[in-house]
Amino acid sequence: MSTEAATQHPGLSVRHRLAERGVDSQLLLLLPAVVFVIGLFVYPFLYGLGLSFQPAKGGGAFADYQRFFSDSFQRDTIWKTLRLSVPAALFNVLASVPIAYRMRGKFRGKRLITTLLVIPITLGTVLTAEGLLNFLGPAGWFNRTLMSIGLVDHPVRLINNYWGVFFSLVITGFPFAFLLILSYISGIDPSLERAAATLGADWRARFQRITLPLLAPGLATTFCLTFVLAFSVFPSAILVGDPTGATRVISIAAYQAAYEQYDYPFASAIAMVMGAVELLVIAVVLLWRSRFYVGSTGGKG
Amino acid sequence: MTAVNAPTAGGTHAADRRRRIAASPAAWTVWGAVVLFMIFLVGIVGSVLVNSFGTRWFGTWLPQGVTAGWYSQAWTDFALLQVIITTLEVAAAVVVLSVLVGVPASYVLARRNFPGKKVVYLAFLLPIMMPPITYGIPLATVLYKFNLAGNLSGVILANLVPCVPFVILTMTPFIEQIDPAIERAARMSGARTLSIFTRILAPLLVPGILASSILVLVRTVGMFELTFLTAGPDSTTLVVALFNSMNAAGIRAQQSVDAMAVIYMSVMMVLLVVALRFVNPTQLVAQVKEEPEP
Repeated sequence: MSTEAATQHPGLSVRHRLAERGVDSQLLLLLPAVVFVIGLFVYPFLYGLGLSFQPAKGGGAFADYQRFFSDSFQRDTIWKTLRLSVPAALFNVLASVPIAYRMRGKFRGKRLITTLLVIPITLGTVLTAEGLLNFLGPAGWFNRTLMSIGLVDHPVRLINNYWGVFFSLVITGFPFAFLLILSYISGIDPSLERAAATLGADWRARFQRITLPLLAPGLATTFCLTFVLAFSVFPSAILVGDPTGATRVISIAAYQAAYEQYDYPFASAIAMVMGAVELLVIAVVLLWRSRFYVGSTGGKG
Repeated sequence: MTAVNAPTAGGTHAADRRRRIAASPAAWTVWGAVVLFMIFLVGIVGSVLVNSFGTRWFGTWLPQGVTAGWYSQAWTDFALLQVIITTLEVAAAVVVLSVLVGVPASYVLARRNFPGKKVVYLAFLLPIMMPPITYGIPLATVLYKFNLAGNLSGVILANLVPCVPFVILTMTPFIEQIDPAIERAARMSGARTLSIFTRILAPLLVPGILASSILVLVRTVGMFELTFLTAGPDSTTLVVALFNSMNAAGIRAQQSVDAMAVIYMSVMMVLLVVALRFVNPTQLVAQVKEEPEP
């Protein structure tokens, strides 16, 4: 483009005008990253989108989507995924708020607690699943404790069903949500609350009228990120869940289509449905969030 | 957006010792929840650890005897040496490539304004916001089409997808807080862009690069989905090998799988300890923060 323009105008002035708008050779530093994102993210995504409209078995562009939505075994995976991920994400966020609120100040051992909380995030879902199988299993420590203090007569079934996956999502998701919310809460200027306290507001009013409104955008963001983690639940749904029944989540459906039936167009269609559902939930949350105060939280945000 | 230079936060909370009026039952509930979570955590990690050292464990609180035999069995059965070498190769390649690609881009994003900056920024944000399975399946399809998946290069390429944007998003705020006057002075003294990068910026960037490298390392060793979708039989990493052996339950003794889990766990713990020397715990989590506030 610049060579074309250069034939009409003196070359120097074109370069000069581009440089005035912020375009010069330094932008080339951006090139590898842009090429990379286009080559490994945008292109595969568009390729998958295109592939999903070319069903392997023929029958029109939307045949694979029709197949997904008309087969209740496939369609229900959306509902099963949401039934796991929305409550898990909500629980993680809502449980984090009071704990983070209490821990926002400085106290001894804060660094130790935050470090301990990073451990399950680092270990990841596969190891958590292995631990849950041992710990919550019928002969595991948890059930033994419940039985020895006489709370239950028979082992409670907590693995290979919905609850096993739910627990794994809480174990890995809660620390994530907590650390994020803790950093949001610490960013709220404490003098705002002190001012309210001077005016006679009790802690309930201070929380409702000051902390919560300032925290709401952070809560929405944390919910979105936790939800994304929970929505793409895959290893734990297979290992501690019931992958043919209650926890056959949508990522299992996509995986099976791609790697067990080798039907890549169908797998791409499922992946696209998965992305669309997820973005829909996030859009709803962000829409809700946009009704709140956005701006400086008065502290180091 | 204080991702890399966060340790300064919290300084003003020193005067924050107050508000003990809040009913103490609430405090009990909160601390009870924390303790309960910690018990779960200890139970999960502890039962894996105990089981991997136990001889026979059935219907008792602890195994009948102690043995280290499961480790040698796991080591040979799962070819763990090969798996660990593969894991390290993948992790090293991903760290080096994502730093090489990501840092120059974050420099431009931190220093410059240009048309389409928002679009570029969004393109870097999306791979982190999307769940790995959603883009992993189309990505694996494309990689298989070009015969790049099923081997080491496929695993590395797939793992780069979330890691390059991660480096960009953590390095951009770090570069923003380096005084641009230093570069201008170097340029005035006749340095070219390349020597500004190698002689002026690189030394200043080392702490930030170190922090984001170690975070990328932790994420790559722990990344399950993308590696799982693109790995072939001789390019599985530790976490995928662990999943495979768990998923094929019954073939191997449970204790042997647990021994492998403990090996994976110790690798991660070493990385975590190293990571915590350089970064704040919240940084392992908060890869995407709010847009910077005006």
